Amino acid sequence: MTDPTPRTVTLALDNVTVRFGGLLALNDVSFRVHEQEIVGLIGPNGAGKTTAFNVACGFQKPTSGSVAFPKMGRGALKPSQLAKAGVARTLQGVGLFGQLTILENVMAGAQSRPGGSVVSSALGLPSGLRLQRAVRVEAMHELERLGIAKFAGALPGAVPYGIAKKVSIARALMTRPQLLMLDEPASGLDENELADFSRLIAELRSSTSVLLVEHNMDFVMQLVDYLVVLNFGQVIAMGSPSEISTNPDVLAAYLGIDE
Amino acid sequence: MSSFLTSSFMHNIFGGLSQGVIYALVALSLVIIWQSTHILNFAQGAMAMFATYIGMTELDRGINYWWCVLISVVVGMILGGLTERVLIRPLYGKSEINPIVVMVGFLGVIEAVTTAIWTGTTRNVTEPFSQVYYLSNDKIILLSPFNIFQIVLAVTIMLLVAALFRFTKLGLQLRASALAPEVARLLGVRVNRMLTIGWMLSAGVGAIAAVIIASGNFGLFPTDMNGIFVAGFIAAAVGGLESPIGAIAGGLLIGLAEQFILAYWSPNVAPLGGIIILVIALMIRPQGIFTKKVGRRV
Repeated sequence: MTDPTPRTVTLALDNVTVRFGGLLALNDVSFRVHEQEIVGLIGPNGAGKTTAFNVACGFQKPTSGSVAFPKMGRGALKPSQLAKAGVARTLQGVGLFGQLTILENVMAGAQSRPGGSVVSSALGLPSGLRLQRAVRVEAMHELERLGIAKFAGALPGAVPYGIAKKVSIARALMTRPQLLMLDEPASGLDENELADFSRLIAELRSSTSVLLVEHNMDFVMQLVDYLVVLNFGQVIAMGSPSEISTNPDVLAAYLGIDE
Repeated sequence: MSSFLTSSFMHNIFGGLSQGVIYALVALSLVIIWQSTHILNFAQGAMAMFATYIGMTELDRGINYWWCVLISVVVGMILGGLTERVLIRPLYGKSEINPIVVMVGFLGVIEAVTTAIWTGTTRNVTEPFSQVYYLSNDKIILLSPFNIFQIVLAVTIMLLVAALFRFTKLGLQLRASALAPEVARLLGVRVNRMLTIGWMLSAGVGAIAAVIIASGNFGLFPTDMNGIFVAGFIAAAVGGLESPIGAIAGGLLIGLAEQFILAYWSPNVAPLGGIIILVIALMIRPQGIFTKKVGRRV
């Protein structure tokens, strides 16, 4: 780590190893994501990026090693515990509910919040309905902030891909995350949308840490504070974008040169 | 106006609607389960019948009608929740034939147990509303206070279910879980709990249908719900299985079709009404009359 001052750690992977039968998908992987930091996880296809991501959010149990969220005071989490603990994850593609409106999709991000018991909600008690109205207003604000409020009533299939991607971010933000995990946020976006998206994610830095998996190098290099490079399941380099861009191991991995 | 209400055409409309709301309730209950778990619950009718038999037993002990309705619904919901937990949950992710086999078997078990406990006789609830038809200038309007009650009750239940799905947090969670369980789970929705609640809700709606039948002139026999289930299933299929509105429309349509066939053709072929509509619907709109053809994108 180049950073001299100690900062709060949001996510810590320590010595994580994952085996699928005979295949070693991750081999002794350790890295950290700090508060207000944007970290990129990169590497060639099959390097283990998605596996590392899945281990972090409990989709995949590590064969050995540990996952922790020190800032939230939590150890490894199950997927259903993430939202409540302050971890939001987007999926590859957009992962929206096709038959819910954009607004309802964003509202769905607030479901893990306390209040509004099943009973009061089922009976339509005033407290439950009031809560749901407040969530509606907040979801609308979130859409306005991202400049996509006019699509609130539309179904996800009816809006451009770039808009749908923003909706998935808006929904993730509704969980009020301390750590936002983005799975290939740039895929499928055109040049204008990319610039727009990059600005949006940079703005989030003040409220949340971000860990992203990404293929698009131009997008990653100008956005992140720190990079973790994986190849064949191992961390081959870590550092700032400028350090990584001149690292011989990374260049070899990407260009396929044998050492 | 009064001669219009007493016309044979309106007789059939009223008769068809009274029967149609029952089909619509059963169809709605099937759609709720289908949406959340993609399982067709063949025991839906039998579960509703069993819950109502329990309610009627309590009625024998002197409680009033409304308690009987409430008990039937609550027992129905508990039975629905238990069924999901115990019989259905182990089958998620397995072959699609498994839940069909299990629920058909469960249907047989419920009917056998009911017959064993209460003997195979028709049971009847003393209805709180008169079943005597209204008259207009000494002519019958084929509608009794009880018919009005059953239509109002059914419509109220449908509106409540719609409001639950549309306006409440629980409704949003139920829909999210049904559409994309993995995504819902990531957002903190307790998907397994939602599936149980979906089955409870569905069984509660089904129990209302059985209570209405038990309160009618002919009472409720342990196997009575089988025919109702078939009509309700056809209604749900006509509506597209995914659409609550479609299920309700399908139920009313089939009730009316049966009534008109009964009046203008023959009582013997009345049950064909549903089949005829199903065949037509499958030819014209195989995806269901109220289902938009949208791919599920996750």
